[in-house]
Order: sequence, then structure tokens, then C-alpha cells
Amino acid sequence: MNHHARFILGRIFFYAGACLFASFFVLPLLWLTVAPFNTLATLSLSLPEEFSLANFRRVFANTFAIRALVQNSVLQAGGAMVLVTITATLAAYALSRSSIKGTDVITYGLVLFSSVVTGTAAMVPIFLMIHGMGLIDTHVAVILVFTGGLLPAAIFIMRDFVDSIPRSYEESALVAGASPWRVFNDIALPIVRPGMMVIAVWAFVNVWGGFLIPFILLRSSGKMPAAVAIYSFYSEAGTPLVTLTAAYSLLYTLPVLLLYLFVNWKYGFRFFGGIKS
Amino acid sequence: MAGVAFRGVSKSFGAVTAVDDVSFDIHDGEIVCLLGPSGCGKTTTLRLIAGLEGPTAGSIHIGDRDVTMISPKGRDIGMVFQDYALYPHMTISDNISYPLKVRGVSKEERASRAAEVAASLQIGNLLERRPGQISGGQQQRTSVARAVVHKPQVFLFDEPLSNLDAKLRLEARGFIKHLQKRLGVTSIYVTHDQAEAMALADRIAVMDGGRIVQMAPPLEVYHRPANTFVANFLGSPPMNLLPVRLERRTGVTRFVADAFTITAEGWHERLQGRVDDGESVILGVRPEHLALGEADDPWSFPGELYATEPLGPETLITISVGDALTTLRIFGDDPPVVDGRVHARIQNTNLRLFREGGERIELG
Repeated sequence: MNHHARFILGRIFFYAGACLFASFFVLPLLWLTVAPFNTLATLSLSLPEEFSLANFRRVFANTFAIRALVQNSVLQAGGAMVLVTITATLAAYALSRSSIKGTDVITYGLVLFSSVVTGTAAMVPIFLMIHGMGLIDTHVAVILVFTGGLLPAAIFIMRDFVDSIPRSYEESALVAGASPWRVFNDIALPIVRPGMMVIAVWAFVNVWGGFLIPFILLRSSGKMPAAVAIYSFYSEAGTPLVTLTAAYSLLYTLPVLLLYLFVNWKYGFRFFGGIKS
Repeated sequence: MAGVAFRGVSKSFGAVTAVDDVSFDIHDGEIVCLLGPSGCGKTTTLRLIAGLEGPTAGSIHIGDRDVTMISPKGRDIGMVFQDYALYPHMTISDNISYPLKVRGVSKEERASRAAEVAASLQIGNLLERRPGQISGGQQQRTSVARAVVHKPQVFLFDEPLSNLDAKLRLEARGFIKHLQKRLGVTSIYVTHDQAEAMALADRIAVMDGGRIVQMAPPLEVYHRPANTFVANFLGSPPMNLLPVRLERRTGVTRFVADAFTITAEGWHERLQGRVDDGESVILGVRPEHLALGEADDPWSFPGELYATEPLGPETLITISVGDALTTLRIFGDDPPVVDGRVHARIQNTNLRLFREGGERIELG
């Protein structure tokens, strides 16, 4: 075999492999854009014979699922998003600027334990704690537990943003006559805002997709988020009604998509950066 | 307007003492350069004046106020940082007027004062740009504009020229001196560049190891350095330091080294009662106070040519004397032709003597 043929064969194998990997991501997404409009959708990917909104009509008739989506999920994901973003920013600022020794250990320690806190392993103590606080079956419980779980990683990411702001920015503002709070507000905050947006979207998506925590901490069906309510589209026998699940899933992804587009349009996922010195 | 004074100020970071019992008075309207190598405590001294650090001991005064315990906000100073510290998310106009904004000045007045200051610093056409879109020299001027816009009592400069290229640095140096003289505001300027300190300062404070070694007008520091550290730090190339042993016998003083002996004619009386026979001292002579001489001149000493560096208006000739190097600065457009063995002649009116420990000996 000459070199040229070997090169072509190598390329063919490479692209075939790449396509195989890509298909794991692309096929479910394709299915999600097509199946909701097909009244005869199955789990296989096929174009609908007739483009129809009938699936959506039936989904909107399920008030439990719709309320879970537009009220409960928004409340829980939005609440945790705001809480995580604000507290992570303040904590990261304090950890970055404090002269106390060992702030690195605190940050890394938190990140290490955060994977345990949100994990299934911690569900029993979390349940007992929330129960002891009398918060079972409340939105607050879901928001607090998610916030606790996401905060360490959020602080870790935010700290990187804050660390990249030269201290001289804040010092020059102090010398210019600004109070410490004013320095944070005028100088640090605008510069780390893109980082805050990253954290906000990331936190929102995490809570939006979280199933286990609301499933365990909530009791009444009127408070369940969409991630749990999607089970109302299962038949009594426990098999999913593919058509309705598909339509609901599409609705379920839209808010996240919109949030991402909004943040990207309004703030942009970019960073001002320091000035080259 | 106000002077700045330190009274026994020390600052330690853990076990490290950055500033060690420093006292000085900087007069109203004066520009003082804090000069020294890295880690000598000059930047810490500046940050103590700004209030960005608090002293471990001593007191700091601006005008007739004791500001030791007052935060930067209450000190009424303008500061130019080494990295300029311009806020990347604000326009040049907003950057310059930020000190006015925190003082609650109205938006219209802020804009007009920023425009006025910017125009006087020749950056008036950049007001709507952001710091990332202008050059280093323009950033430097913006940073100066922000420091002067609120007419503070004291200016602090923390190595403001070290991020500029050589040509721009000279231009900015003249500009800062002109501005300081025009505004007449007390200024403290930190630098490790001795030429910058010489050019700018009314007085230079040379620092070493957290202490002020000498504080005097530039030419005095240059010509009458307090010790060998100052002698070696100022001047480019620095003062030549030649260790010798003194011989004082029968009315004649000689400087004796392994490589040469100089008969110090006329110096016997000048050294009377100041040095002893056999004492080791250090001869300090600036390169420009050395000339090419003859072997039979009592004030000359021999060396082997090491390098000739023509610089245009002057030529540096370096010779090796024993195992040390000595540099001569010869003025004139034509570099002298030298080779092999060279004799350097000391213009002895400008010769300085230091004790072995480094301290300068006052001559009679």
C-alpha cells in the first residue's frame, strides 16, 4: 500500500470514529426537535408524516406538569441561581482579598466536599436535617440544598475571576477616595460580572435538571418541578408515552436555552481582562 | 498643599521588616524620590503614605494632620500606579473623573473637568475610548490625569515609567517634572532608576534594607555619597571603588594596593587625625574623574585594557586593575585610541575616601 492510500484510509477511519462519537450527542437532539411534532413518534428517529401540534395540546392539558414547569421549576432554579451567584461572588471576593492564611485550603476543601454533599450518599442526612428544620415540602428546602451543593464549585470558579483582577485597581479606587463597599460595587463587580453570568446560567441549569433532591424533599404534587413532573407522562405500567414526553421535554429545554441567549445578548460570556503591563 | 512627615515609622510583614524606624520631613511643594534596589522598602514607604498599609510603629503626618490611623479615603492624595490601574470597563473620561465621582461631583462637572485635565495632558482626543484601546504612554498620562483631577495635597508615584519603552520614558520623565513644578504639589516618587531620581528629584532619599541611608539634593548624593552603597548605586557606570591600604610616614601619604602605589601629594595634612597608618580604606572615584595618564604621574595607576565602549559624546574605557574592573569616562567626539597597558589618572580634587565598613570619611 502506498503512502497516499494509507493517508486516505486513515482519514476515513478518523472521520468514521468522529461521527460515531458525535452521534451520541447529535441523535438525541435531532430526536428532540422532530419527535414532539409527530403524533406517532417512537424512540427511533424518523420524520413525521404529518407535522402536528397535537402532542403539545395534550401536554398543556396536563395542568400538574405545566405548573411544575412554569412555576415550580422557575421558582426553584431561579431562587438557587440568585442565591448561588450572589453568595459565591461575595465569598470569592472575600477569599481572594482576605489576608487570612489558608483561604486556598478552604476553597479546595469546599470543592472536594461539595461532590459529596449533592451526591446520593448525603441524601439521608440532608433529609433528616431538612426534616429537623421543618422545611420538608417547601421550595426553600430545595433552594437551600441546591445552593449548598453548588456553592463550593461556584466559589472556586468565581475566585479565579476575582483573583485575575489586579489589586491595584481597588487600591487606586481606595486612594481616589472610595469606601471599600464602593470599590467592590464600582470596580470589582463590573469586572467579574461575566463570571457571575457563567455561574448564574450554570447554577440554573443544574437545578433545572435536578431530580433527586426535589423528589425526596417535596411531598405535594403542586410543588414538584418539571424534572419530577415529567413522570406524569408515563403510563400506569411505567412506560413513557413517547409522544407526550417528547413534547414536554422540548418545552422543558426552552427556558434554559432562552436564559443562555439572553445572558449572551445582554452581557456576553466574555471577560474584560486586565491591562497588559 | 502640605508636607509629609514620618516619625519613627516601622512596618513588618511577619518576620520581615520592610521599613525600619524611618523618619523624614518632605517639605510643601517638594518632589522627593525614594531610590533603592528591589526590596529596600521604598514601595512600602509609599504605600504607608497612601494608607494602603498601616505602620507597625511610629506616626505619619500630612500637613499638620496625624494620618497614621486614617484610611486612604481621608488622606487627600493622588497616586499613579506602576501598572496604571486603569479600570478596563470605564472610558478614559470616566477613569479620569472617578475621584470626582466618589466625591459626589455632578456628572456635567465631572465630564468638563476630565476634559480639561485630559486636554492639558494631550489626551483630550481619547476621552471616549477604553484603556485597552490606547497605547502605554497614553495609559500612563490617563493615570496621571486621574491622580491630579481632584487637586490632591500630595502626589504619589510608584515607578510610573517602568512599563514604558526607553524613548517614551525620557519624554514622560520631563513631562512629570514639568507638571509637578507647574502644580507645585508635594510629590513622592518611587524608582529604582538612579537617572530618573537624579533628573526629577529636589531631594533623593536612598533606601537600603528598610532604612534611609542618605537624603539630600541629587548632586550632593552624587558627589558626596554617604557610603559605598550610595556611591555604587548612583551613576551609570557607578563610582569606581578601589580598596587600598594607607601608608603615612614622614610627611607622605601613599595609597598602596597589590597592583599599584599612589603617592598622595598634598593629602597628608587633609587626612591628619582622620585615618591611621596601615588602615584599609576604599578610594572612590567617578569614571568622569579619571583620565588617561602617564606612567610617571604620581596620581596614576596602571591596568590592562578590558573594553572600549564609544557612546557618541563620550567613551567608556574599562581596565582591569588586579582582579577588579575600573571604568574611565572620556568626553569628546573621537574615541581615544588605547591598547594593552593603560594608565588612569585620578583628578584628586574629586577623590572620595571610605572606611572599610563603607562610611565616607570627611576630608579636611
